[in-house]
Amino acid sequence: MNFYDTDLTKLHDDLVNKKISSTELTKATYENIAADDDDVKAFLTLNKDGALKQAAEVDQQGIKADQLVAGIPLGVKDNIVTKDIKTTAASKILSNFTPIYDATVIEKLKAQNFINAGKLNLDEFAMGGSTENSAFQTTHNPWDLTRVPGGSSGGSAAAVAAGEVIAALGTDTGGSIRLPASYNGVVGMKPTYGRVSRWGIIAFGSSLDQVGWLTRSVKDNAQLTSLISGHDDRDLTSSTKEVPNFASQLNDDTNVKGLRIAVPKEYLGEGVDENVKEVIQAALKHYESLGAIIDEVSLPNTKYGVAAYYIISSSEASSNLQRFDGIRYGVRAKDVENLEDVYVRSRSEGFGDEVKRRIMLGTFSLSAGFYDAYFIKASQIRTLIRQDFEKVFEDHDLVMGPAGPTVAYKIGSNITDPKAMYMNDVLTVPVNMAGLPGMSIPAGFADNMPVGLQIIGKPFDEQTMYNAAYTFEQSTDFHKQTPKLGGQN
Amino acid sequence: MNFETTIGLEVHVELKTNSKIFSPSPVQFGSEPNANTNVIDWGYPGVLPSTNKGVVEDGIKAALALHAEVEQHPHFDRKNYFYPDNPKAYQISQSDTPLAHDGWIEIEVDGEKKKMGIAEMHIEEDAGKNTHSPNGFSFVDLNRQGTPLIEIVSKPEIASPDEAYAYLEALRQRIQFTGVSDVKMEEGSMRVDVNISIRPIGSDKYGTKTELKNLNSFNYVRKGLAFEEQRQQRVLMSGGTIGQETRRYDETSGQTILMRVKEGSDDYRYFPEPDLPVLAISDDWIDQIKADMPEMPSNRRDRYVNELGLKEYDAMVLTQTKEMSDFFEAAVAQGADAKMTANYLMGDVNAYLNDNQVDLQDTKLTPANLAGMVKLIDDGTISTKMAKKVFKAITNGEEPSSYVKEHGLVQLSDPAQLQPIIDEVLANNEQSIEDFKNGKDRAVGYLVGQIMKQTHGQANPQVVNQLLMKSLQAK
Amino acid sequence: MASKIDEQQVKHVASLAKLQFDDDQLGKFTTQLESIIDLFETIDKVDTTDVKPMTSATDQVNAMREDIAVNSNQREALLNNAPDTEEGYIKVPAIIDESGDGE
Ligand SMILES: [Mg+2]
Ligand SMILES: [Zn+2]
Repeated sequence: MNFYDTDLTKLHDDLVNKKISSTELTKATYENIAADDDDVKAFLTLNKDGALKQAAEVDQQGIKADQLVAGIPLGVKDNIVTKDIKTTAASKILSNFTPIYDATVIEKLKAQNFINAGKLNLDEFAMGGSTENSAFQTTHNPWDLTRVPGGSSGGSAAAVAAGEVIAALGTDTGGSIRLPASYNGVVGMKPTYGRVSRWGIIAFGSSLDQVGWLTRSVKDNAQLTSLISGHDDRDLTSSTKEVPNFASQLNDDTNVKGLRIAVPKEYLGEGVDENVKEVIQAALKHYESLGAIIDEVSLPNTKYGVAAYYIISSSEASSNLQRFDGIRYGVRAKDVENLEDVYVRSRSEGFGDEVKRRIMLGTFSLSAGFYDAYFIKASQIRTLIRQDFEKVFEDHDLVMGPAGPTVAYKIGSNITDPKAMYMNDVLTVPVNMAGLPGMSIPAGFADNMPVGLQIIGKPFDEQTMYNAAYTFEQSTDFHKQTPKLGGQN
Repeated sequence: MNFETTIGLEVHVELKTNSKIFSPSPVQFGSEPNANTNVIDWGYPGVLPSTNKGVVEDGIKAALALHAEVEQHPHFDRKNYFYPDNPKAYQISQSDTPLAHDGWIEIEVDGEKKKMGIAEMHIEEDAGKNTHSPNGFSFVDLNRQGTPLIEIVSKPEIASPDEAYAYLEALRQRIQFTGVSDVKMEEGSMRVDVNISIRPIGSDKYGTKTELKNLNSFNYVRKGLAFEEQRQQRVLMSGGTIGQETRRYDETSGQTILMRVKEGSDDYRYFPEPDLPVLAISDDWIDQIKADMPEMPSNRRDRYVNELGLKEYDAMVLTQTKEMSDFFEAAVAQGADAKMTANYLMGDVNAYLNDNQVDLQDTKLTPANLAGMVKLIDDGTISTKMAKKVFKAITNGEEPSSYVKEHGLVQLSDPAQLQPIIDEVLANNEQSIEDFKNGKDRAVGYLVGQIMKQTHGQANPQVVNQLLMKSLQAK
Repeated sequence: MASKIDEQQVKHVASLAKLQFDDDQLGKFTTQLESIIDLFETIDKVDTTDVKPMTSATDQVNAMREDIAVNSNQREALLNNAPDTEEGYIKVPAIIDESGDGE
């Protein structure tokens, strides 16, 4: 089976009503993965034995009505630590690493008796936009296997698009949920910074990282986000704000009449593919026809976002990744003669080129003599970017534009030019810089590839975003399209 | 050429909290290696620090004791460097906005009082411990990793090794009185790094400074600095230059020895710790902490002199340690005479502690028992001579009045009982009466001795003296 | 703003980051880093006078934990994951340079 003609609510009801057992669902999931994943290559680690054992237990215990995900196999990006299940962050340096604790999001899902189907591919340590930077495999886009799935949550997006799992956890530091969601025609939400605990997320850019879901439907996404959100004592940056039941407000009455939508001219300007622009403009027209008010606005500091983002995220990453030193866990280089060897060789052999580039950029940006001109200056730009949004949100409810400037590109086409690759993030990084929630929903097709509409909300106002996304989804059929796998690889 | 000396001191003090500064692991010593560690202490992938409120409060206490200004919005910074005892390869410390800044403490050198400035005081995490074995390996124990530290950085106002010594004494004393740390160098809960430079008097530029590390006592600090001061002078006088270097003090030779030459400054790439929200320290919070603060030694000294009538010197000795000072106050609160209690603490008690090499809190002495003994002396129940025995008993934890009763140590003070004994002694010592009349004072001493002998030492010497003089004059 | 990065500087940064590049890689990385640092330098022209740097996006202030000790009982599991251990210690090749104590 694939998960194309169902949703979480229906699966849950079928499980509660014993129309299907968790064991059957889990077996079917692995059959589906066996059929497709040789082409898609979304999974790094399958948790088949553990999942089937767990499914049997769930079947025996029975499914409680308030446990939405009980007995349902879900995918987990491999930079989220899972106790007793290998977690590599797609890096050689962690190729032998089995965590001894669970991330908070995993604890919350376990409390609901979810089934962990396995760990999904990503760019090494979530650094990249194509999953080509994985140390183990490149994931392929189910819509066209010669194309990238985007990244860094490429495995998560591709697995959902291919119908291998109904939902998968991803992380987003500069667009890593929204870009692959856009490229794969699925729904991806990066919640407000602090909405979801980062405990157990292998840190990349600590002031930017957030966990979120990739799903086929808006409602599934809303339900799952409520489930993993909330303050966590172990992540002091997580917010104490109350978590709404986002899905409960999504119903036939959800509408966008009078909704004030701001469209930054920078998001439909130079560098954005004409065909992508057309899809987005059509989507905005559609909102207008449903009663929304569309305004062109300006976010003047957008053009500095990529530079400032790469300085800040690389600086934080350079520090966060220093702990991978071959001493306490992970891979220590062989035949080392002294301590310096342990450090230099374990790290030089364990990290891939993109990770090394980021570490170098970050170390440089923090180093004596450059700190003020790079790190501090970039952090000041960050303030300006946030202020740009604050100003627009004074009289608008949402900001909209494309999630990426193009559709998914060919595997190998950008990999030799890191700077060109970084420019793909121009429309997503400002959201992380400002700490805002951002999502991408299927909005149409260009060159037969999916295009995502990016929706950006006020801090902690994911509800308005879900409402608008739901109305759009219910009045269009883009989300009902499915990729045709195979043949093109 | 004449030189002036500039000394800077960086003092690390371990706080006595229950849990570590950024992880709930216990702060505990003497456990199995790595027993008090968790995934945070090991810098596991995905872990996050969480700030211990107790550390912030203790830090504020220490800051108040150092008359420092507490920062309203301090935040933490990362200090990046690789070392096996530093699991994240960064230390969470404070650089930009330390917890407190601009403090001072008072020192006294050669009878002269002086205020020494403190540049800043911050809170940070301690590292683990490496043990080096001779066979080419090192061993890492992360139990100490994350133990809370405060680091106190002096202003470059310390001008001599003696001032440095006095500064450390005063600092140790004030921190100790807050109760946030044991501040013991021998146990590593206080660690001192120093730097020293000299320059020709009148020069407006500091000389190149050298650093001394791993100093094991205040005395070695003083000796190491004195050596370094002389060495630098010799180098400069002979036309040489001082290198920027780290040296260590060799205790046997009394010299400082080069450890490494510093090439440029280290690049720790400090930046704000993104995993921890900024703190907001309100005046209310500071006031609450202030209200809970134990009284500082300087206040106690004033009070001992002004209210209890002690000599200034005695007040100073009693406030050397908080244990002693607290003990003294508790004894006085039980009704014991302040001066006599002070004398016992400075005399017999200190001698006892020295002889046995123990700290006051590790003995069986209690303020109640010491007070009890002092009161027995004061009301004449026992003589100071008997008190020697009683003191021995209270060091074994015995209650003084029951001890005195059990051992029949009650002093004879009743004239009705004493007079017949005196009369008898006088009757047997005609010669001494004669001597007394001839102005030989020695005779009195002899007679008292005889009376004490008759009473097996139990007679109250003051009463005996009075009665004896009366009897003699009547002859 | 600072001058462009050269191979010497790349080597210095690599030594801070405990990475090493062979000669081929060094050339390639230097070129790539140079081009990215060019991009970084575009922010130089933005006027940021009196703009406070934003170094965190959290809405939390003064978030702290009570001083309560909890023993994790994770010692064995932690030691099991370590590449080399002996008698409860993490074992590493000898530390020669003792300058690493950051204090
Ligand atoms: Mg220091
Ligand atoms: Zn320090």
